[in-house]
Amino acid sequence: MTETTWHEAEAGAASADLSVPAPPSLQDYLALMKPRVMSLVLLTAAVGIVVAPIEMHPFVAFACLVCIAAGAAGSGALNMWWDADIDAKMARTQSRPVPAGRVEADTALALGLGLSILSVTMLAVFANPAAAALLAFTIFFYAVIYTVWLKRRTPQNIVIGGAAGAFPPMIGWLAATGGLAIEPLLLFGLIFLWTPPHFWALALFSNADYTRAGVPMLPVVVGERGTRRQILLYSLILAPVALAPAFTAIGGPVYLLTALYLNAGLLRGAWQIARRSPSVGAADTFKVEKRFFGFSIVYLFGHFVALVVDAFLRGVGLAPDAWLVLL
Amino acid sequence: MDRVRHEVFRRRGSGNALIGLILAAFVALIFGVTIVKFSTTGPVEGFDHVYRPALEAQSQ
Repeated sequence: MTETTWHEAEAGAASADLSVPAPPSLQDYLALMKPRVMSLVLLTAAVGIVVAPIEMHPFVAFACLVCIAAGAAGSGALNMWWDADIDAKMARTQSRPVPAGRVEADTALALGLGLSILSVTMLAVFANPAAAALLAFTIFFYAVIYTVWLKRRTPQNIVIGGAAGAFPPMIGWLAATGGLAIEPLLLFGLIFLWTPPHFWALALFSNADYTRAGVPMLPVVVGERGTRRQILLYSLILAPVALAPAFTAIGGPVYLLTALYLNAGLLRGAWQIARRSPSVGAADTFKVEKRFFGFSIVYLFGHFVALVVDAFLRGVGLAPDAWLVLL
Repeated sequence: MDRVRHEVFRRRGSGNALIGLILAAFVALIFGVTIVKFSTTGPVEGFDHVYRPALEAQSQ
């Protein structure tokens, strides 16, 4: 709510009552920061820190995670600022704070820019300039390359834009070590390749929303059949990449078993989706696609949690003496 | 009128309290990291205004 409106309320006409629109609440600000995306970013960045070969002081690691979360929050607010017009057209997003009128667009922009600048600056102080630079690039990638440039122009928006969500484990690793290695690159690959099947499954059952908003998601442009084939194709590429970290220094038996189980589930779900025709999907209100979408969230969390478990086992000396490190 | 004014100030007050809490947490974070970095870094030696011939010998 603007100051002017508040002053008007204060000056308040005699008839004024308590129907003065409420200022943005804490929940509105939290929603602006995309808490679900933030939780994924936090988890993957934390894993990047935990599995890195150089140990960070827990408080410094915590401070770095606060910065990375603030960066994610800032880019989320910038995304909501820019996308307010199309968010208002989609059932899934029309109750977001800006299109619903609970937070002004300028406030979202100011919050997004403020959090972005602050998070990058503080990460440079708490960790190192390399981690801060990658965080800055990630925010730029999500807010400008994906949101402003790709999202409304190409059905490959999710494929390329997925990189923004894939950077956090690299940022965590960089914060801890100051450098990069094969392991964070594989974690990047895992999230990068996971993003398209995850969002295309969502797009299959939110097709009407995206069509109404004019967002060229894959089902809108190439149709459902093509999207179903692409989900299977990306899942086939994703599975070996997801298994690969098991054979690096950060892998272990827990990760290997978890990855085998989750990737079997992923391929099974992708195969089911690819075999279904659009009419069958519509007839049962996209049950399989919705289940695959939910499973894909568990899939990603499962891989990263397994890495933490293996790191813990190594830490307490319960990991196998010899592990097959091929990469 | 008074009720409206009261409600307006109440809402503003809770917002200000939240901003205050966030700022306090931010200060605590910087303070904590500073303490950790100082305690985990080796002894800090600066110019101490005392002539130390040993340093001169090393540089020659």
